[in-house]
Amino acid sequence: MENILSVKNLDISFRTNAGNIHAIRGVNFDLPRGKTIALVGESGSGKSVTMKAVAGLLDQNSTINSGNIFYNFAQDKTLDLLTLSKKDLRQKINGQQIAMVFQDPMTSLNPTMQIGEQIMEAMLLHKKISENDARQKALELLKTVGIIDAEKRMKNYPHQLSGGMRQRVVIAIALSCEPKILICDEPTTALDVTIQAKILNLIKDIQAKMGLSVIYITHDLGVVANVADFVYVMYAGKIIEFGTVNEIFYDPRHPYTWGLLSAMPDLETSDDRLYSIPGSPPNLLHEPTGDAFTARNIFALKIDEKAAPPMFKISETHYAATWLLHPDAPKVQMPPELQTRLERSRKAAGL
Amino acid sequence: MTKYVAKRILMAALTLFAITFVLFVLIRIMPGNPFPVERMSAEMILQKRLELGLDKPILVQFADYLKMLASGSFGNGTSLYNGAPIKPIMLKCLENSFKIGVISILFGTVVGLFIGIVAAMHRGKFLDGFCTVVSILGVCIPSYVFMIFLQYFFSYKIPFFPYFFDASNFLSSAVMPALSLSLFAISTVSRFTRNEMVEVMNSDYVKLAEAKGLYGWQLMRRHVLRNALIPIVTVIAPLVVDLLTGAMVIEKIYGINGVGKLMVDAIAGQGVDYNYVLALGIVFSALYIAIMLLLDILYGIIDPRIRLAAKEG
Repeated sequence: MENILSVKNLDISFRTNAGNIHAIRGVNFDLPRGKTIALVGESGSGKSVTMKAVAGLLDQNSTINSGNIFYNFAQDKTLDLLTLSKKDLRQKINGQQIAMVFQDPMTSLNPTMQIGEQIMEAMLLHKKISENDARQKALELLKTVGIIDAEKRMKNYPHQLSGGMRQRVVIAIALSCEPKILICDEPTTALDVTIQAKILNLIKDIQAKMGLSVIYITHDLGVVANVADFVYVMYAGKIIEFGTVNEIFYDPRHPYTWGLLSAMPDLETSDDRLYSIPGSPPNLLHEPTGDAFTARNIFALKIDEKAAPPMFKISETHYAATWLLHPDAPKVQMPPELQTRLERSRKAAGL
Repeated sequence: MTKYVAKRILMAALTLFAITFVLFVLIRIMPGNPFPVERMSAEMILQKRLELGLDKPILVQFADYLKMLASGSFGNGTSLYNGAPIKPIMLKCLENSFKIGVISILFGTVVGLFIGIVAAMHRGKFLDGFCTVVSILGVCIPSYVFMIFLQYFFSYKIPFFPYFFDASNFLSSAVMPALSLSLFAISTVSRFTRNEMVEVMNSDYVKLAEAKGLYGWQLMRRHVLRNALIPIVTVIAPLVVDLLTGAMVIEKIYGINGVGKLMVDAIAGQGVDYNYVLALGIVFSALYIAIMLLLDILYGIIDPRIRLAAKEG
């Protein structure tokens, strides 16, 4: 399968008053053309930072220590986005090749600019197109993303629209220059549950229509199961397990993924209390020794404290970084509650 | 929008009326006497009081005063030295203060905005730190200290500008006072501009604009400046009034015949008197209210949220 985007060994740190934070510690992932991948993990695991790096939107206090972001822009032609200057990136990549949808639609639109203008802006910037054509295109886009009264809405300001409508506008903006890759940074987190499904379906439809490759960043596993082809689980600035959506949901191997799945609310589970992974993610001001998850891992082995596990291959598409997969490791099973739960969902899915 | 403006104007008129009333009553019930007791006999004072209507009840006096105001006059001074009509004297002083005030506002705002924008665009770097130091110094140094400093270097050491104000040589003698007056404005405006802009630059919608492919000056102009401008206008407005109504100390030091000096003299009773205090109080308040009114209307133009709220309600 051909990858439109390939991130290799990405390593990023931030300078803060408290010291250097090593936020991304060697991230690798691939985005196959036309597919959807999801990056999941707790807050602070580095999902958003990774995506900001891809889009060239990192904050000023960040340093990219090493890595490549290969973008396959045409047949057999790749470009390392990290070698581009900011100007080139903005002129050639942002908007036209890679577009973004942000988490909070209440703050991601300019409050003093009309909706129509905000949609037309990127088109007028990147394409040789008359203002009238851009307006026409913006109107079509608004209709595409399901906004009724598009004509009237063009002249509206963001505060006159509801959250769901604003997110549709943000999606319209993202689509305005027909990008190849769409990055959705928790696109439904700030929306009502009833709107969430609609927005997800909208993105799915558009993806099918325009042949987009989509990256979701989320901590909502429900969303992942709904939209993703491949899932990457992130923890403390590293990918710790990845595979197809079925492999991650039905055959997880990393204790952290077990924890995440157990923490997902489930109608069938009779427990009164929702499970949560004990402790909190490590502070990356201090480089963790060994496996960063050790302190919270009830299955931790002695070696976890000394050395970070490499990626162990489970199948062609499924890898996990945990010493439990080492041939010499004791055989450990996932918690029985999770096991019965996965059993049930496997059956429900007809696998 | 018309309704919004009409409402603001009505509110402004009411405010001005209330201020006039309070000022008038306070000054009338204040202890003391506008007449020099050592030079006037009791009968002379009594006669003067009758002549000026000061024996009538305060509210009646107030009504008379309002009538006078309505006809565009501030009445006469009450002192023996300067019983002449107040208006021409005040106008002359206002003119002097305004000329210098306008120069310092323009200079202060333009330089302040420039420094602020430069600092924001280089946030976290050397230029940002440098601008911070400059603006902290500017806020800390009182304008008259800076004025004396300027006098020392540019009138005494290098005799380039005159020591004192000279209306016949306006431009060169306005440079130093305008510069010292604008120092505070420069610091306030630049500091505020920088912080507002940095805040807007960190906002999601600027990130989104960058994700669209905007950068550099285009990004500033289309997404940052307008949104940062709303709070900046708020700090500039009161500065304008402060600068227009003259700086009492600067005018006194530099010998500018302006309203600040007039006010000080009136309060101290040096040749002019409490009718001046009243007249100046009303003029200053009217100015302040007018600027605030202008500001409200300006908000409506800059911020669609306010404009539309005004349209709907």
